[in-house]
Amino acid sequence: MLIENVEKTTTVEELKKIASQVRRDIVRMVHCCSSGHPGGSLGCADYLVALYFREMKHNTQFNMDGINEDLFFLSNGHISPLWYSVLSRAGYFPASELGTFRKLNSRLQGHPATEEHLPGIRIASGSLGQGLSVAVGAAQAKKLNKDNRLVYVLMGDGEQQEGQIWEALMYAAHHKVDNIIAAVDYNGQQIDGPCDKVMSLGDLKAKYESFGWRVLECAEGNKMEAIIETLQKAKSLTGQGQPIAILLKTEMGYGVDYMMGSHKWHGAAPNDEQLAKALAQLEETLGDY
Amino acid sequence: MKKFTFEEKIDTRSGFGVGLVEAGRLNSNVVALCADLIGSLKMGDFIKEFPDRFFQVGIAEANMIGLAAGLTIGGKIPYTGTFANFSTGRVFDQIRQSVSYSEKNVKICASHAGLTLGEDGATHQILEDIGMMKMLPHMVVINPCDFNQTKAATIAIANHYGPVYLRFGRPAVPNFTPKDQKFEIGKALLLNEGADVSIFATGHMVWEAIKAGEILEQKGIDAEIINIHTIKPLDTAAILKSVQKTKCAVSAEEHQVSGGLGESIAQVLARNYPLPLEIVAVNDSFGESGTPDQLMEKYGLTANDIVKAAMKVVERKAAMKSLSV
Repeated sequence: MLIENVEKTTTVEELKKIASQVRRDIVRMVHCCSSGHPGGSLGCADYLVALYFREMKHNTQFNMDGINEDLFFLSNGHISPLWYSVLSRAGYFPASELGTFRKLNSRLQGHPATEEHLPGIRIASGSLGQGLSVAVGAAQAKKLNKDNRLVYVLMGDGEQQEGQIWEALMYAAHHKVDNIIAAVDYNGQQIDGPCDKVMSLGDLKAKYESFGWRVLECAEGNKMEAIIETLQKAKSLTGQGQPIAILLKTEMGYGVDYMMGSHKWHGAAPNDEQLAKALAQLEETLGDY
Repeated sequence: MKKFTFEEKIDTRSGFGVGLVEAGRLNSNVVALCADLIGSLKMGDFIKEFPDRFFQVGIAEANMIGLAAGLTIGGKIPYTGTFANFSTGRVFDQIRQSVSYSEKNVKICASHAGLTLGEDGATHQILEDIGMMKMLPHMVVINPCDFNQTKAATIAIANHYGPVYLRFGRPAVPNFTPKDQKFEIGKALLLNEGADVSIFATGHMVWEAIKAGEILEQKGIDAEIINIHTIKPLDTAAILKSVQKTKCAVSAEEHQVSGGLGESIAQVLARNYPLPLEIVAVNDSFGESGTPDQLMEKYGLTANDIVKAAMKVVERKAAMKSLSV
C-alpha cells in the first residue's frame, strides 16, 4: 500500500483492519527478538493508524525536512514496534524488514534512530522527555518556512514526570506555537506500576491548561471513530494562537486480552504459546511480513 | 621566534556576537536561541537585525537543545547560546540523543568557559566540557583563541553540516590573529616554526603559548607553536609532522587534564610516535572565585607554566637520547 503526499480517505472500517494487522506485526516483532515494548505499542495503535492512514498529509518518499508535509514525532520511543509497523505498512519501507527489529545490523533499532537512516524517522527518541521540545522546534521551523502543515507528537503519560516537558509546554504557549498537536498516551501505567502510585500526574488537563494549552480529551483512545473526531476537532483549533494537546485514554496492551489492564506487558515479550494466543485475537488483513 | 602583536584586547564572546550577525547575513537559514543570557552571549545585534529568527527560551536549557534539534528539521541552522556549563553538562543527554546521535545540524555555542569566568566560581567555571563534547560521535569541537578567530569560526560552522560545539570565554584577551581570516575546521595553524619543542595550545592558552615561546627563546630553546583551534577532528597529521621534528611536546588548555586537548594528543602520540609530553591544564580540580589572572596563576595556566613544562620535556628528550647512545 503506497500512500502519496495526500490526506487519505480511508474509511473507518479499513482503518480498523489496518490497526489489526499493525497489532499482529507488533506482537510478532517483539516475540521474534524476545524483547521490546508491546503494551504501549498496542495501546497507541489506533491513534497512529488514524494519523498515518487518514489524518496526516505525508510523503512516503521520505525527505528529512518534510516541507509542506505534516510531521510526526514519537517521544516515547520505546513503542517503536508500533511506529515501525505503521511506517512500513504505509509504504516507507518493505514490511519484510520488520523481522529485523532489534537484531544486529538492522535499521529498526530498539528505539527509533536516525543514524540508521530508516525512512520516516526524523529524530532519535528513547530517553524520555525530549520529543515535545523537538516537535515545538520543528513547528517553529514550519512557521519560518511559511509552511502551513502541522506537527504531531506523541508522548507517554509517565513521561510527563520529566521536567523538560514542562519547559516545552511553557515555551510553546509563550511563543504561540499553534501548529502543533501533542498527544499524551494516557493509559495510567508505567514500568513500576500505575502512574498514580509511582508519581501522580494529578489533573493533567488542568495542568496543561494552566500552562496555556488548549486541551482535548479523547475518552476512547482505542476507538477509531472517537480518535478521528478528536483529531478533526484538534485540527480545527490550530492557528488560533494556542498549542493543542490531546489526552488520549488508551488501554495498555489493547487487542490482546491477557496483555490488557496491567503494566506487566510494558516491556515484556510473549513466548511461542502466548504469541499464538495473541494472533488468534487479531485478524490478518494486509498479510503478515 | 616570530613577533606577534595586538592592537586591542577584546573578548572572544564578542567575536561570536559579530560572527553570528555575519553568519545570519550570509545564510537566511541561520537562527539563534538563547536561555536568558542575551547580553552575556553578545546576541543583541543578531536580534536587532533578525528579530524573527531569534527565539528566547528562558532559563530552560534542555528545552533549548530540543528546540534547536527540531528547528533543523525544515532546514534551519540553529545556534544555541548559554554559558558553557549549561551548554554541556546540564544537557548532555539532550545533546547526545536529540543532536549528536540524531546527526542534527545544531551549533552549540558556549560562552564563559573555563577558569577565566572568574569571580562566579566553580559552579560556573566548567572545565569538563571539551571532554564531554569530544566523546560524542559526530560532534565537532572548536575552541578558538581570540576575537578574530572566534568570529571566523562562528561564520564557518554554518557551512559545516552536523553538530558543532563552539567554546569561547568571557574576559578580554589579546586579539592577534588576522582580521577577516578564513577558518578551516580541523586544520591546525602553525604560528611559529621551531626545532626544539612543539607547543600545542588551544583557546585563551594560545597567547600564553606565544609568550612562553618568547621566554624560551631567551633560554635558547626554539619552540614550535601550533594553534589547535579544533580539538575534534584533531589535526593528527600536523601534530605528528611537528613532533617528528622536535621530538617532544607540550599541550596547553583551559580545561581539566581529563578529557582535554592534552589527552587527545597523548593518544595520538602513544599510538603513532611515543615521546615526552607534558600537559598544561587543570589537574583534577574544580576552580574557585578570583580574578581570571589570579586563577590562571593559581591553577598553573600561565606562560611560565608552559615554559616549565617545555623545559621538562626538553630535558626528558635529552635523557632519552643519552640512554639510547
